[in-house]
Amino acid sequence: MARATVLGRLTWRVATVAAVRDETPTARTIVLDVPGWPGHLAGQHVDVRLTAPDGYSTQRSYSVASAPRGDRLELTVESLPDGEVSPYLTRVLSVGDPLELRGPIGGWFVWRPEAPEPVQLVAGGSGAVPLMAMIRARTAGTAAPFRLLYSVRDPEAVLYRDELRGASEDGSGLDVTYAYTRRAPEGWPRPPGRVDAGLLAETAWAPELAPACYVCGPTGFVETVADLLVAAGHDPARIRTERFGPGGGRP
Amino acid sequence: MTDNRLDGNAAGGALREVFAVDLTAATGQCSNCSQRLALAESRLYTHAPGLVGRCPGCDAVLFRLVRGPGRAWLDLRGVTCLQFALPGAT
Amino acid sequence: MSVIGIVSPGFSGRRRGGAPDLPPGQYLTEDFPVLSAGPTPHVPKESWNLTVTTETGAAHHWDWAGLTALPTERFTVDLHCVTKWSKLATAWEGISLDTLLAGVETSAEYALAHSYGGYTTNLPLEDLLDGQAWIAVRYDGEDLTPEHGGPARLLVPHLYLWKSAKWVSAIRLLNEDHPGFWESVGYHNYGDPWREQRYWGD
Repeated sequence: MARATVLGRLTWRVATVAAVRDETPTARTIVLDVPGWPGHLAGQHVDVRLTAPDGYSTQRSYSVASAPRGDRLELTVESLPDGEVSPYLTRVLSVGDPLELRGPIGGWFVWRPEAPEPVQLVAGGSGAVPLMAMIRARTAGTAAPFRLLYSVRDPEAVLYRDELRGASEDGSGLDVTYAYTRRAPEGWPRPPGRVDAGLLAETAWAPELAPACYVCGPTGFVETVADLLVAAGHDPARIRTERFGPGGGRP
Repeated sequence: MTDNRLDGNAAGGALREVFAVDLTAATGQCSNCSQRLALAESRLYTHAPGLVGRCPGCDAVLFRLVRGPGRAWLDLRGVTCLQFALPGAT
Repeated sequence: MSVIGIVSPGFSGRRRGGAPDLPPGQYLTEDFPVLSAGPTPHVPKESWNLTVTTETGAAHHWDWAGLTALPTERFTVDLHCVTKWSKLATAWEGISLDTLLAGVETSAEYALAHSYGGYTTNLPLEDLLDGQAWIAVRYDGEDLTPEHGGPARLLVPHLYLWKSAKWVSAIRLLNEDHPGFWESVGYHNYGDPWREQRYWGD
């Protein structure tokens, strides 16, 4: 889809919920129809605005999980226990409901399918959402091989498990490594723990291949991983990061 | 301790409300420590009356963005010479 | 108000009360939100210092022992944050600015508070006097935590809370008004919640 070089001002649009899909016990994908959606790049996000009957209004940012495809847009939202917006999006919002959003937003944490270099993705928890958009945006013509290192609490918290398995077995050039931080599946070769230098050395593209690295997760995770990548010899200019937190609410 | 902060990516919506280009991908120089960075790489404090972007190298304030009803204010005094990519333009 | 969007079916938002005794546009909150425009300074009491300078350049210093040797007051006040939450009946302990400034000779009309970490906020000097402002050192019976501005913060509860500089390190008394961190980028120079002075021109 063609994108104007100079963007217009960002305005709110009314989307309609076309479908919902539970990804884990706490995360739900919301499929939206957005009339006139201008298209997006993998990695971009949208702002979502909720308004109560008395006029009270609040907004959060959520990464787009889907590859660009017409007027359809998918967001995957992790429900935060004390959240104000995410419990509504994951438990109240239903098919046919309207949802206000604006976007696409962000021109930094993006991957373009024509980029030739290998891609190293590192996800912490629901930081997998914008990285999944990059995985989905690969086309038959994509030369870049992908690796995903996915740090996640336990097997039940993995987003897109079946799709990731399929994509890593179909010869399209995707390798997926899981790093379980609290509890690993039965017989898993590595005890639960955080991503460290050893695991990166073992599973990530070597710095000599000059991969484009995308790291997304909670602030502390992102900074730890970015530091590890730099220490391993990756060029800081090739490491792009996106942090999310309780207040920012993304993804 | 990472405090309560995100990064400049999260300022994208508020900035795109004002500008017709994406400012988060623009690069500038910290006027305190001279580090060059994309605004997306700044440390962003959002639990505040406005958005505050700080330099990841020295914590100096790069930009402040305040949004009021029908108005917005942007102070970029901590950044010198922003560079924008203009794809397709010559 | 900003332009109100379409109502989200079934959304009520975080429980909030529009109690009648709140300033216009404020919502009641029971917790104590932490707002911060930068990294939280962790200043040990041993190295903490407060400086008051006057328009003539005269400087007055208090270290932690010096500050806490001054008579303290217990006071209960309502807090109003410009981000629209209000918290009622908060209990504090601190040193009145009347006490702190009793020996400071000045004819300045303005004050500019500085914080560890670089934050600033300005207010008329008269708003710091006559029992309206404190250097708070305890909240709810406990030492003030760094998140809430400890070891010591300014507290000026009759103005929006951004005027109550956390981690206060200095108060400059000036003949001219100097807009502070938020006042220089859209927020109201005075900030009276009862007149809803949020932004420039309000």
